[in-house]
This record gives sequence, C-alpha cells and structure tokens, in this order.
Amino acid sequence: MTVFVIRRLLQAAVVVLLMSILVFFGVNVVGDPVDMLVSPDADQAEIARVIKNFGLDRPIPEQYWYFLKGALSGDLGNSFIFGQPALKLIVHHMPATMELAFTALMMAILIGIPLGLYAGLYPDRMSSKAIMATSIFGFSLPTFWVGLMLIMIFAVALGWLPSTGRGDTASFLGIESSLFTRDGLSHLILPAFNLALLKISLVVRLTRAGAREAIGQDYIKFARAKGLSQSRIVFIHLMKNIMIPVVTVLGLEFGSLIAFSVVTESIFAWPGMGKLLIEAILQLDRPIVVAYLMIIVLLFVVINLVVDIIYSLLDPRVRLRDQGA
Amino acid sequence: MSKRIMISTVTAIVALTAAAPAMAEKLTIGLPSEATSVDPHFHNLTPNNQISAHVFEALVGQDEKQRLIAGLATEWEAIDDTTWEFKLRKGVKFHDGSPFTADDVVCTFTRAPDVPNSPSSFGTYTKGKTVTKVDDFTIQIKTERPYPLMANDVSTIYIVSDEVGCNASTEDFNSGKAAKGTGPFEMVEYKPGEAILLKRNDSYWGEKPVWTEVDLKPIKSAPSRVAALLSGDVDMIGGVPTTDISTLKKKDGITLNQGSSNRVIYLHMDQFREDSPHVKAIGGGKIKNPLMDQRVRKAISMAISRDLIVERVMEGVAIPAGQLLPDGFFGVSDKLKPQEYDPAGAKTLLKEAGYGDGFELTIHGPNDRYINDAQIAEAIGQMLSRIGIKTKVETMPRSVYFKRASRGGEGDMPEFSFILVGWGAGSGEASSPLKSLIHTYDKDAGFGASNRGRHSNPEIDSVIEEALATVDDAKRQDLLAKATEMAIEDLAIIPLHYQVNTWAVREGLSYVPRTDEYTRADKVTKE
Repeated sequence: MTVFVIRRLLQAAVVVLLMSILVFFGVNVVGDPVDMLVSPDADQAEIARVIKNFGLDRPIPEQYWYFLKGALSGDLGNSFIFGQPALKLIVHHMPATMELAFTALMMAILIGIPLGLYAGLYPDRMSSKAIMATSIFGFSLPTFWVGLMLIMIFAVALGWLPSTGRGDTASFLGIESSLFTRDGLSHLILPAFNLALLKISLVVRLTRAGAREAIGQDYIKFARAKGLSQSRIVFIHLMKNIMIPVVTVLGLEFGSLIAFSVVTESIFAWPGMGKLLIEAILQLDRPIVVAYLMIIVLLFVVINLVVDIIYSLLDPRVRLRDQGA
Repeated sequence: MSKRIMISTVTAIVALTAAAPAMAEKLTIGLPSEATSVDPHFHNLTPNNQISAHVFEALVGQDEKQRLIAGLATEWEAIDDTTWEFKLRKGVKFHDGSPFTADDVVCTFTRAPDVPNSPSSFGTYTKGKTVTKVDDFTIQIKTERPYPLMANDVSTIYIVSDEVGCNASTEDFNSGKAAKGTGPFEMVEYKPGEAILLKRNDSYWGEKPVWTEVDLKPIKSAPSRVAALLSGDVDMIGGVPTTDISTLKKKDGITLNQGSSNRVIYLHMDQFREDSPHVKAIGGGKIKNPLMDQRVRKAISMAISRDLIVERVMEGVAIPAGQLLPDGFFGVSDKLKPQEYDPAGAKTLLKEAGYGDGFELTIHGPNDRYINDAQIAEAIGQMLSRIGIKTKVETMPRSVYFKRASRGGEGDMPEFSFILVGWGAGSGEASSPLKSLIHTYDKDAGFGASNRGRHSNPEIDSVIEEALATVDDAKRQDLLAKATEMAIEDLAIIPLHYQVNTWAVREGLSYVPRTDEYTRADKVTKE
C-alpha cells in the first residue's frame, strides 16, 4: 500500500506540472489585467509602471519560468489586486468553502441515501414515485435560479433565514468555523442546501438503482431464507454492496463541491474560494487563477486516493494496486 | 468617604448616563463592489476609495456633487503661480489619539505614490508636487508650472498618521493596526470578501454620523443584493439594477434615492487611420475611413435617438448627454444641448459627404462594465443601420475589451474603429475628460491616455493646456467650456447619456445621491 501511495503521489506531481503549463499559458492569452487594475485617470507613465511592476512586459515563457521557480519554494505569486500571496488568500478563503461543501455533502448523504433506499425497496409506492419525480427537478433546475428562489422564499417572504453572507464564527478544537454558532448555521442552511440539491438527487438515484439491483440477488434471498431480520438484511448486507458506487461518486462530487461552488457562493455572497476565483477570473487576477487551479488539481488527486483507500475497506476483494503494474 | 462626595459622585454618574446616546444605532449596507484593501494608498479605484472615505480624510473634501469643501485643511490659496498654501485644521486627532499636524501631511505625500505592489498608485496625483512644512499647521505645495487643479488632486490623498501609518505596510492596514485615520468612523475589522466593520469616531471634529456601528458588506450579485434589502438583512444597497427599479418603487418600506453621476457614456471613432480595420464599403471592400470626415460623425450623432435609449434601454434611468459632464459641474458649457434626433438630416449629411450609399461598420463595446452597455450598443447598431450605415455589434467582457480598445491593434494602437465607452470624471470637473479623451495622444506629457479614437486638434489642445495652467477659477471655467464646445463641434466624441446612480434604503432612512458613485455611511441620515 505504501508503494501504491507513493506512486500515486508521483503521478500527481506530473499532473500538477502539466496543469501549471496549460493554465499559465491559458490565462495569459486572455485580455490584459492592466486595464482592469489602473485607475481611468492614470496617464501613460503610470500604466507603463504597472505593466513593468507586475512583469507583464516579459515574454510569457520567462514569466512562467519565474512562476515555476517561485512555486518550488512554495510561492505561487502575488495577487495583482490584493497585493498579497495568492496561496495565502486562497487558504484564507478555504474554511468558508470547506464548511459549505461539508454541510452540503452531509445533506446529500443524510437525505439522499435514506430516500434512495426507500425508493429502491418499495418501488411501487406512490411516495417512492414522488421521490423519484422530485429528484428530476434537483438535476434539471439551474443552481442560480434555485438559489434566488430559496432566498426569495425563505429570506424575503418568510423571513426565517438570512439571505446572504456568512454568520458569526466560533473556535472549536482549534478550528474556526461558522458551523459552531447558531447564527453561523442559520446563514449556512440555504447556500448548503442549494449546493447539495443536485448531489441529493444524484445519491437518491444511485442508491435506488443499487438497491433495486441487489435486492433480487441470491445472497439477499439466502439471507431471507436464513430468517434474518429485514433491518439486518438492508443495513448490513444490502448497504455494504450498494455503497461502493455511492462512495466513488460522492468522493468526486465532494471535490467539485469544493472547487466549483462558484455559482452558489456568488449568489449568497459567501466569502469562500469560489467567489475568490470567479472574481479573479473576471478581473484577470492571473496569479490567483493559476494558484487556485494548482490547488484544485492536488485536491482531486488526494480525494481519489482517499476514495481508493475507502474502497478497500468497504470491499475486502479490492487490493490497492496499480493497474498493469 | 464623606456622604457629600458620595452623593455628588452618584449625581455625576446619573448625569453621564443621561448624556450618553440612548441606544446603539447600527447600519448595514450592501455594496455592489468590494475593496481589495483598507490601505488608503494601495489601489486608486472607486471601491477602495469609498471605504477610505469612511476612516480617513483628505486635506480637501468633496461634497455630494464633488464640489470641493474644507477637510483637514480649513483654507487654501495659491500664494504665487507655482505655490499653494494649505492651512491645516487644529485640534484634530487620529483614532489612536495622536494629534494631526503638518508632519502627517508631509509623510503621507511620500507614502501615497509609493506603496509596494500597488496595482494603481496615487502617483498620478502627487507627481510634480513638493510638499513642505511651514509650521505645525501650515504646509506649502510647490509645482514647476502653474497648477490650478491642486485642491482637486489633494482631495484624493487620504492622510495617514506619521506615527503608525506612514511606515506601515498594506498588511498592517488590513489587520487594523495602522488603519488609524481622522475620519467619522474607526475601523473595527476588515474581513476580506465578507465585511468591513466600523464604529463611530466619537471625537470626530465634524458632524458626527448617526450610526454607532456600521457593517459594509460586499454583495456583488445584483439580485442577491436586492433580496438582502427586501429581507431586511441590510438597511441600504448601492448599485440598484435598472430592471428592479420599477418594482422597488412600488414596494412599501423601500425608498429610492437617485441622482446623476459624473459618468458620461459616449462613442469614440477612429480618426487617425485612413484604412480602419472595422470600416468597410458596402459589400466588404476597402474604403477610405469615413469617420475622419466631420460630417459623417455628425450624421452618426444625429441618427441616434438619445431619448429612446434613455427611455427603453435605460428604463428612464439616465440623462441624455450633450457634452462631457452633466450640468452643475465645473467647466461645463451652458450652450451645449444634446443632439436632436434627426435621421433625415443625417442621411442628407451622409450624401453630402459622399457616402449616400452608406458603408459597413462594427461597433465594439463591453458587456459587463456600464449599466446595460451591451443593449446600448445594439440599439445604436439598429439606429445607424436605419440611415444606411450597416452596423454590426460586437460586445465582450471588459477584461478582454479594454486591452483591445486601447492597444490591441498593430503597433499597440487601438484595435477597433467605433467603440462604446464611458468616462467618470474623478476630479469632478471638465479638465479630466478633456485631458484624457479629447487632447491629442501624447505619451510624454501624459495627455490623451484614453483617447482611443486618437482625435487630434491642435487648437483644442492649446485651449486645454491653457486651462490647465490657469489658476483663476472664472477664467479656467470659460476655457474648459470653450474646449468642450470645440470638441463637441468637432465631434471628437459622441456623448450619449449620463448614468444615473440609484441607492435603495429602508423606510426611515435617507441618502443624498452622490455623483462620484460612493456609498458613504456617514451621509446616511434618519428621517
């Protein structure tokens, strides 16, 4: 297993390097940040100063070389608009996104799996059909629209929950998060639900399909014949077998929850990484875009690794081995 | 302790409690933009400057119409052609308790143009000025040539304290350590992307704000900002989208405050290339650039119905423009009116100029910079097509647009032929657009930096330059008005409309609209 992990990390390094080339050259083709940065009042000399100061007068390969040199010592460059290290800014915005993604994931699991299981075990009931029909909306409604509707209903019309922003934070076990305060949680519910909606639908459908397939298999019939209780059959034998695809998908989706919660964060003015990224893209704050994508690549590699390890725990037949190695 | 002292102490306490404000007053504002720092010298751009205006002050202030008013200086005058003297306000204290003196001013002027990593420095305003201390409450600023805009420039430089501010890094300001100004509010906390928390400066020298506590929250998504106001999460929002104005007007408990801005939306036309890349003969053949002909430019201006744009595209929330700045600003001409809509006259004029059959043109514009910018470009495309100028419309994000519009063509020349742009006069008077948009492009002198049509008329140039060297206000007003009239006569640019800014407040509050688009908590009052 150690060899497996090391090998995967080495692969990751290559992926990150390739990605850095693609991203760096990619963002440098689009537009010119100088026009986003300087005051309209600035004269030609000031514009020239800014171009020179940010090294934008240098050829792109040379800029990339400096970026790479910095990156090796952990410096991914300074944000143009904030003047601070890009990495620091991203790390600063990370907890807000993490708590959002984590809450959304929990919602997906706690709502999606029971509903999916129910729909899979009793496919003919009306309630099951209702669950499945509703899940179609979860897939097909655009996130920004659902977000605005949630705000209009729960914040504007009913006034139950705050419309935008992140609530108070508190420290618990050294982690500063809005998960630990009432105000924080009330701010978290709407954006997290908005983010989770699609994932809930996904989990419902995966769980249902898995349950439908497994329920007719011999080992379930055998368990029944053996006289095991329904709950033992469902929660021990059935669940174990249908969890593998669910874990795979949730793992990948967790990555995308963290990396691309852009729409939800923008609508709810949630001060997370997604909002930082979209604003960096709009204002051509190249160092942030590059650093962000580097981090996301790393994140996906790590999540996939963790998913592989969870597999082997769920299913003893899975051995951690590189294919073809 | 004797009984008498006891009693007097008790009385004193009762008296003190009674004198203290009855209740904490909190104001939460949803801002359409986000500041990138609270260092007042880091980034010279509106979102940052409006935050600075809460905590810091300049020697000279700007009122809601950007007229100059006394700030940390009580009076100023030009004592000779190249020297201005500022008398400083006495008895002013920074938030950390240290007194405000001439030393703070001198060191601020060295820091402002020279902040590391600044994406847009204040050097534009401090350039060529030498600040010297005469005594603790008098400073002199010398320039090489006569410089009438001294007070305007000085009004952009926020004064930081000699002790904690001048040698501090941007980081120190963001952490709050160095963010000690003299302004109406003290900074409590800066949470990037989330909020800026302020509290009232109870020892403020001027009129104290109503609010003891202020939260400034950036909510960039317009529908979310409106929802935040409707749900009561914020008391006030800036940048109300035009599409929501009619609904908000009807809502109980919401009041709109509207006023014209200093921003004109205009068209720039390629006037320096005989062979302009986006102008073609009908059918796509080559053609000598018709935009160089004043009559063609005039025809284009006549073909555009400003009233229709204002009414339909802007939903009534704009003012048709006939020059570079709306009425009431320093240096505007009272003779200029918006061009009348006259498509028949435009056609005749085109024929006269030899373009009776029309030509093909592409209008380029941003789609995320000005209010309804892409729709304006489309409306203009249709109006021009109606008089025979077959116009294609191409809009793009500003991140791509401005580079191409400024220097995307060959030899770093402007790439487009016909563009939609806007200009906000930060200085609040007419020399700002004249200098940057109308004056001949001159890199060394710093003129015409945004003259993307490269219109060039030496006569206008000399009037502008004369105005910029005339210290006498009345004379300068006339020169600026004259230069503006010449530029409009020449069709150097075609002004379309002035943007109107809209703020929405909950019932019981009131805000006086500002031309500089700033949202300032200290100017929000209770009715």
